[in-house]
Amino acid sequence: MPQDISSGLVPSDRPEYPASLNRAGEKMDNIVLKMEGICKTFGEARVLKSVDFELAHGEVHALVGGNGAGKSTLMKIMTGVYTLDEGKIFVNGEQKKIAKPNDAKECGIAMIFQEMSLVNTQTVAENIFLGAELSKGGMLNKAEMNRRAKEVLEKLGIELEPTVRVGDLSVGMSQMVEIAKAVSKDAKILIFDEPTAALSDSETVRLFQLIEQLKKEGVSIVYISHRMNEILQIADRITILKDGEHVITADMKEMTLEKIVSYMMGGEQKEDTKFAWVERSYDESADDLLTVKHLKINSKIADINFSLKPGEILGFAGLMGSGRTEILETLFGIRQKRGGSVLLNGQEIVNKNSKQAVRNGFALIPEDRRKEGLVLIHSILDNAMLPVWDRTTSGKIFNDRKKAAETVKGNISDLGIVCAGMGQRIGLLSGGNQQKVVIAKWLNSSPKVIMLDEPTAGVDIGAKGEILKIIRELADQGIGVLFVSSELTEMMAICDRIITIFDGRITGEIKRKEIKNEEELQNAIQRS
Amino acid sequence: MQSKGAKRSIQLSQYMVYIVLAVVFVLFTIVLNNKGFATPQNLLNILRQTAMISVMAVGGTFVIGAGQIDLTVGSNAAMSAMIAAMTLQATNSIFLALVLALGFGVLVGVVNGLLVTRLGLPSFLATLGMMQAVRGLAMWVTDTAAVPISNKTFNTVFGTGYVGPVSVLIIWTVIFYIFGYILFNKTRFGKYALAIGGNETSAIYSGIKTKMIKLYIFMFSGAMSAFAGIMYAGRMQSGRYSFGDGDEMSVIAAVVLGGASMAGGTGSMIGALVGSILMGVISNALVLGGLSSAQQQIVNGLIIIAAVALSNLGQRKNRSK
Repeated sequence: MPQDISSGLVPSDRPEYPASLNRAGEKMDNIVLKMEGICKTFGEARVLKSVDFELAHGEVHALVGGNGAGKSTLMKIMTGVYTLDEGKIFVNGEQKKIAKPNDAKECGIAMIFQEMSLVNTQTVAENIFLGAELSKGGMLNKAEMNRRAKEVLEKLGIELEPTVRVGDLSVGMSQMVEIAKAVSKDAKILIFDEPTAALSDSETVRLFQLIEQLKKEGVSIVYISHRMNEILQIADRITILKDGEHVITADMKEMTLEKIVSYMMGGEQKEDTKFAWVERSYDESADDLLTVKHLKINSKIADINFSLKPGEILGFAGLMGSGRTEILETLFGIRQKRGGSVLLNGQEIVNKNSKQAVRNGFALIPEDRRKEGLVLIHSILDNAMLPVWDRTTSGKIFNDRKKAAETVKGNISDLGIVCAGMGQRIGLLSGGNQQKVVIAKWLNSSPKVIMLDEPTAGVDIGAKGEILKIIRELADQGIGVLFVSSELTEMMAICDRIITIFDGRITGEIKRKEIKNEEELQNAIQRS
Repeated sequence: MQSKGAKRSIQLSQYMVYIVLAVVFVLFTIVLNNKGFATPQNLLNILRQTAMISVMAVGGTFVIGAGQIDLTVGSNAAMSAMIAAMTLQATNSIFLALVLALGFGVLVGVVNGLLVTRLGLPSFLATLGMMQAVRGLAMWVTDTAAVPISNKTFNTVFGTGYVGPVSVLIIWTVIFYIFGYILFNKTRFGKYALAIGGNETSAIYSGIKTKMIKLYIFMFSGAMSAFAGIMYAGRMQSGRYSFGDGDEMSVIAAVVLGGASMAGGTGSMIGALVGSILMGVISNALVLGGLSSAQQQIVNGLIIIAAVALSNLGQRKNRSK
């Protein structure tokens, strides 16, 4: 961390450079949106601490920050999903109260969602006019709607028939329709949240052309992304947040990838010992536990090669949508591979479904604990035993509750699960304890390979450290661990080796010992 | 490339009912040739017999299109028929009988709609409870006794009359389908119903009052059921608590056969009509073929399974892309 940059980052310096002063202090009077001193608290957590943000007419303003920096919260306040605790919002110089989505809509603010926002069963034109249909004499005027939808699409340079059903379109095209829908409703401020995560390269190029077109139409854009290359390419200005605080707003011309990354890191080294690297060793000369050769999952994610030794913790680092989750899901049999082979202890195996995967000694701790990992309305015991009931029977038919209770009792004390008893409903536990139950669930199946996808997401800092400790202990027992996390601090703390993935391809491999700091890893991830 | 396949599957499930009807029709014409299946007389009979289901399916298309379910249609028809019959007995006013019967039907819809939108009950459970309650009410008002209708005009106009060779029941069906087709395809009400079923979040974010629309949909379904009840009353020249028993399942089967998905978001008014005719054709042929009522029930059950299986198949293909 170079000192000269970090010294300019201290939040107390900020008031000397108000957000609306930019480009050598020149006052910008074409500000369409201005947010001042925005504060938001959820329970105990102060998510936004007096954040300022502004958006100029016809600009693309990138909003950047690590996980938990407060980007999404800020955007949700802007679009009326959350209400702010403190602060002011000005639209075109006028103070506005944005308390619900409709208020934002009236201010001309629209969010381009990644999915779930179009009606797949209806046509492009019907979607564009949803809620604002044109009618003549009480009947829908379909011809006119199709004609005007076509006009909007043409104006934006989107080649698409308005009569096509949205469900038949690619992800990229649906996104274009969504943009067209927002623009047709006179949205002047568009918010994009990771818009390219699900797009192919050519679709990304088209999206950027469309964004240029929108700028010409006088639309202002907030662009949230983890992909620095895109931001360097498309943004005019950038605002960086860190831990709920405004770090800097600057012209893109003054920015480089390295500078952005160092601002995001905030110039401080995390001293938290829980995330410190713990020296541990495994037999590097042992035979491979798991070997993956030329694994192909779809047209984007292909030619994945790696191997894992017993007792090794291997990390996959990459951006959202780079294919990390898909690789784990494919190994676990939830997705089907299109090519390549998977070898366990030198023997080729095929996991066609999760049951086979479990039988072959694989365990997956999924990304969305609440949706995929647990049955929230069931007890700790029922959750922890779910994958292993078939091995916990008396007389082959009846569940052996006694044996199950012993197993779960062992889990609770081994993993330090804080609960009122194994009969407690799991929905009532904290995130960290829920995650421990998910881990317990798979420990009971005595796996050979454990795959963890964002295991510490939504878990408090104390439990995070404990979970990392549990993972280390598992590896020490000779289990191979595949670890995916967006939090690089965590990866640095736990992985013996890190593979970087970009857009479905492996772009590099680094030994933990060779990585000097988090910035180096962050830069490695951004490189295609 | 993949999306093309998906498109084809959607169209297939949309048009499946027409293909199946054509195949079934040709099959029965050949097999039951000597039993008079394909005579104009018998075909008109089929349309007459399915009229009530068809009319209820007009409402059902909106309900299922919006991803909801309405199990009250059968018992609603029975109670509405009772109300019409009792009103005619007391006042002999056709106008009053219609107003009260339809009013009751709409009221049931209001209660269903409020249970779903205000209390947040799943429509399946809300209408399951209401179905029982309304059926019980229909039994209770006369202590299960039938109420005869002596008003000739009422019986002729709503049940037993003919225009040329065509039963008034068929004419009412046609009228309601023209109305339903326009409402479903040409007005925003139909679009909103499908948007709610297709993606409710999106509909909300598009500024649609989804709760209000759902309420209207249940009210509309209630009104259609009440009219079906009036048709039952006219045809049987009486009100009976047992009218429409099991019709809720036939309506769902007709709508789903017609190309709607149980998950909501799709549906076709004409498809629903053809779906209910298809079921009428099959049960008619089974009678002509000499099957017992027990055997008919078995086949009807299998049809419902086949209908839902078809709907699932189309959806699975959609999802897998």
